[in-house]
Amino acid sequence: MNISNRKFYYGDIPGEGSGGDGLQSTSEKTSHGGGQGWPLWEVFIRSRQGLDHKHAGSLHAADAAMAMENARDVYTRRQEGISIWVVESLYIHASNPDEAASFYEPAADKVYRYPTFYDLPDEVKQM
Amino acid sequence: MQSLVPINKKQLHEREGSSSNPPSGGRGAFLLHLADTNLILAQRNAEWCGHGPILEQDIAITNISLDLLGQARNFYQYAAEVINREDIQNMKAPKASPFGGGLEGASEDTLAYLRTEREFKNLLITELPKSDWAQTILRQFLYSVYQYQLYEQLQKSDDRQLAAIAEKSIKEVAYHVKWSSEWVIRLGDGTDESHQRMLKALENLWPYTGEFFIPEDYENEDTIGFDLNSLKQPWLIRVDAILKEATLLSPSFGGGQGEAIFMHTGGKQGIHTEHMGFILAEMQYLQRMYPGAEW
Repeated sequence: MNISNRKFYYGDIPGEGSGGDGLQSTSEKTSHGGGQGWPLWEVFIRSRQGLDHKHAGSLHAADAAMAMENARDVYTRRQEGISIWVVESLYIHASNPDEAASFYEPAADKVYRYPTFYDLPDEVKQM
Repeated sequence: MQSLVPINKKQLHEREGSSSNPPSGGRGAFLLHLADTNLILAQRNAEWCGHGPILEQDIAITNISLDLLGQARNFYQYAAEVINREDIQNMKAPKASPFGGGLEGASEDTLAYLRTEREFKNLLITELPKSDWAQTILRQFLYSVYQYQLYEQLQKSDDRQLAAIAEKSIKEVAYHVKWSSEWVIRLGDGTDESHQRMLKALENLWPYTGEFFIPEDYENEDTIGFDLNSLKQPWLIRVDAILKEATLLSPSFGGGQGEAIFMHTGGKQGIHTEHMGFILAEMQYLQRMYPGAEW
């Protein structure tokens, strides 16, 4: 059994700014008192039969290793999955719901974008 | 070292539901030792339920407690089989279990809930109070590394059922080792306060680690198939590696400075700390108040 543990710094990106406060050692981070200084992580789980990782929830953790273990403890208790992705929430960029009208509605009446005007030969089974 | 036996064996065996101190072959006693250690540690870890420092860690420690409880159940079930078999071989009539339902002889329930302090064979370190998070995760670390090595050896046992239990359990233990060693590093190499707490925890717990490697009668090489003492060096090496990364100094087993650290022993024989009575009073409360209760 190989116990190997790396010390992770905030953002888990050695040498680079992390989009937040920049590089901080674990000691500075935890001085905020358990939980308050810890970043938020989004958790994605892929189930046994699945192909894609689905969003399962979020949690606070001090670093990536802890986030992974917490995700394992919290979100895979009932065999929900066999693979875990954790991403710090600040790295996820989401579309603005106010712009939903201009983002998505124009696609509604553009029927030429669908491949429905072809005659498929019988031999092509996968479509 | 003699195991503690009551002066009047007849009195012991007539007590309802109790089938401890198996007369021959350490197998039953060894299984009880494995089961008891896991049960008592599960009980201590469960005290964190609802009180964990943060939600995810509350879940983590209680998951670990449940893992250990599951392992304890496997060992108890097997121990009950072995004890009942030995009773039959020694022509002792199986005692009716107060749990009713036609159960006779020892069962996982009678072994867990009806034995008293002197019959439990758990390691002393598992009885210590949960104290603060530092002491809890350090205790988990020290024990889990030992447990992993022990199960590695048990996997090779001639006893198929024991090997199977070890094989299933070792996956859980691998996770416990990972989880606890990372916490040791985080707290050891953390803030001043966490570092101080870890030092204090290390000082409190270290005198209980010697017991891991001192074999009882029922743990001799014939019974378990390997020399328990041979686990000591590998254990020290692994523990030292993590403690070093956590910037904590490990007290040696007493070689270096000439002053040996006194190691507490006795748990494996049934001689426990002052905490044991309280633990059992809580754990066995329901059975003591309402003997034979079922729901």
